[in-house]
Amino acid sequence: MNSAHDLGGQMGFGPVVPEKDEPIFHADWERKVLAINVAAGAMGAWTIDGIRHARESLPPAQYLSSSYYQIWLAALDKVLVEQGFLSKEELVSGVAGSTRREPKRVLKGEEVPTVLRRGFPYEREAPAPARFKVGDKVRTIVMHPQHHTRLPRYARGKEGVVELVTGCHVFPDTGAHGAPETAQWLYTVVFAGPELWGRDADPTSSVSIEAWESYLEPA
Amino acid sequence: MSGHDHHHHHDHEHDNHFTPIEARVKALESLMVEKGYVDPSALDAIIDTYETKIGPRNGARVVAKAWSDPAYAARLKADGTAAVAELGYGGRGGEHIVVCFNTPEEHNLIVCTLCSCYPWPVLGLPPVWYKSPPYRAKAVIDPRGTLADFGVSLPAGQRIRVWDSTAETRFIVIPMRPEGTEGWSEDELAAIVSRDSMIGVGLPSPEDRP
Repeated sequence: MNSAHDLGGQMGFGPVVPEKDEPIFHADWERKVLAINVAAGAMGAWTIDGIRHARESLPPAQYLSSSYYQIWLAALDKVLVEQGFLSKEELVSGVAGSTRREPKRVLKGEEVPTVLRRGFPYEREAPAPARFKVGDKVRTIVMHPQHHTRLPRYARGKEGVVELVTGCHVFPDTGAHGAPETAQWLYTVVFAGPELWGRDADPTSSVSIEAWESYLEPA
Repeated sequence: MSGHDHHHHHDHEHDNHFTPIEARVKALESLMVEKGYVDPSALDAIIDTYETKIGPRNGARVVAKAWSDPAYAARLKADGTAAVAELGYGGRGGEHIVVCFNTPEEHNLIVCTLCSCYPWPVLGLPPVWYKSPPYRAKAVIDPRGTLADFGVSLPAGQRIRVWDSTAETRFIVIPMRPEGTEGWSEDELAAIVSRDSMIGVGLPSPEDRP
């Protein structure tokens, strides 16, 4: 969806301001939000793209005026209610009521090192050969879907070159919305700066995205 | 549970030692634990992992080895995930790693314009600026200006290649080994590799030697 999260190329935010000697967390509640997010994700009720969609579908003014862990917290509250784990009343009051959904699994403390180390690989068995190969010229499709997508606005309808064939990876656009998992070939597609940004672009710059096969057509 | 107290405090700021967001997070944590959705010891283990075990020193070891061992550098190019795993790193947030080597002709810069994708196992959790709108907006349209915000200026002839992390592939930059580091051990080399240089917004210098 075309929401506030799709930031590539937007202007007016000012310079990047790095913080000297930045701490890993700026407050104890940030630690907790990160940890609850990781642990709750392990219940297996939503995908990484499902929680991303919850974050990016926050109202633009809220998204842009929230710190990153505030965005995470708001999205986590939202999916926990949508998925039937908690009620809004429980979240507001902090008092446990009767709302409950049995999680598929609960991550135990002693499992954490193994589970984090293993991760959640997204490569899948390919059902068919890749349609494109390294060096192919491709054009990204133009679309403005209401649903989650990982094709950023700035890279739609642009001509680029396939630089890497990454593998067959879980497809986010449907998986974010609870559909059964599917996978597509994933490509690194590189675009010349002027193709993306026009004649004022730095001609020595280029940008690549990771594009699923259905985002691409032969050019 | 103490949830009721949190509600009370939330409504009465003046006698509240928690800020509203602290109260919200404490209430959520209590609910999740009470309902058996999360194990408190898992929360502690996750926090401990990202505060004490995983951070940019991991990535710095990858870079130092790439600088010292051409065969390892070749393996990194061929299969970043496998070569990084040789040093014991990988997993959540780094399941599929691609390694980008800077050259005199081309400099690499990593961004995630859509969210905050970042190679957690080798760089730790991303800094605030990486997740913030200014960086995510500017890195793709004005990479040279973005580098200038970090005080980095590249030769005019060196191209800039920006990698937008739109999938679960994660990227790490191998900066060029600076002159003046001949004969250094891997530990000495790792000490001058910063998080920023592995994102592409910094350059290592022998003067950063501790």
